[in-house]
Amino acid sequence: MKCSEFLQELTNYLDGVMDAKTKSELEDHLSWCHNCYVVCDTTKKTIEIYRDSQLYELPDDLRTRLRSAIMAKCQARKKTGPTEV
Amino acid sequence: MGAIQPKVSEPVSDELALVQAAKGGDVNAFEELVRRYDRNVFRIAQHITQNREDAEDVVQDAFLKAYSNLGQFQGQSKFYTWLVRIAVNEALMKLRRRRPERMVSLDEDVKTEEDSVPREVADWSPNPEQQYNQAELREILGRTIQGLPPGFRTVFVLRDVEGLSTEETAEALELSIPAVKSRLLRARLQLRERLNRYFKRRNGNGEIPSAGGDGDQ
Repeated sequence: MKCSEFLQELTNYLDGVMDAKTKSELEDHLSWCHNCYVVCDTTKKTIEIYRDSQLYELPDDLRTRLRSAIMAKCQARKKTGPTEV
Repeated sequence: MGAIQPKVSEPVSDELALVQAAKGGDVNAFEELVRRYDRNVFRIAQHITQNREDAEDVVQDAFLKAYSNLGQFQGQSKFYTWLVRIAVNEALMKLRRRRPERMVSLDEDVKTEEDSVPREVADWSPNPEQQYNQAELREILGRTIQGLPPGFRTVFVLRDVEGLSTEETAEALELSIPAVKSRLLRARLQLRERLNRYFKRRNGNGEIPSAGGDGDQ
């Protein structure tokens, strides 16, 4: 397997969606190709860092304010009947 | 090296009952749906718009639009996937209004070979994120993802941050499954490449780049 072929399969490999034969070929490639090992490992870390980052969390006070505004408009709409926004 | 562990999502068994109740006029049932998904919608909206005020508007507009159109929701997909589709469309409209000079589309597909070819292969420190404090790390991650085309960062956020499946992402974005996979691969590789400068292992007395540095390149 060439490095370009490995890269094409990287997303499926990281997501664990592939047949056993392809997985074994990819892992064989990883065992001797240091560059692909590093790319695979750091891509996995990239995903994990973003997933665990809590970037753009909704603060509680803003959350309450937004929900109140949404529900007030829903109540008003309920009285007048549903209409397209 | 194993596969990444999928994000565990909360059970949604009672979701259809809540949707049915909301359709029948039960506003409290709809409020429960808002509580369940407002954080997700806010994160998605801010990732797409990169603007806090726009993200707040998107949360309100998306839930109101969902409420007004509950009758259109047939239950073939999850309510959340349907809601995400509405929220993504609202967020893209905001982005287009803010950047009228640029075409903003999910179909934007800047096809260049080097997108998928790593230029710099450098190992990272064992726990790279611990080199920075929380605020610095957020600055780095925000700045880095902002540099991706909207179509790429939207796929990355839905799949890797929010934990939607490939099929759900395709449905929410009205893209084909191969298109989602192709964008996801390129988004992941581009983010990895851009994070290299912050996280790569340093030899000797190498200086750690500051979070407020001079851009991505």
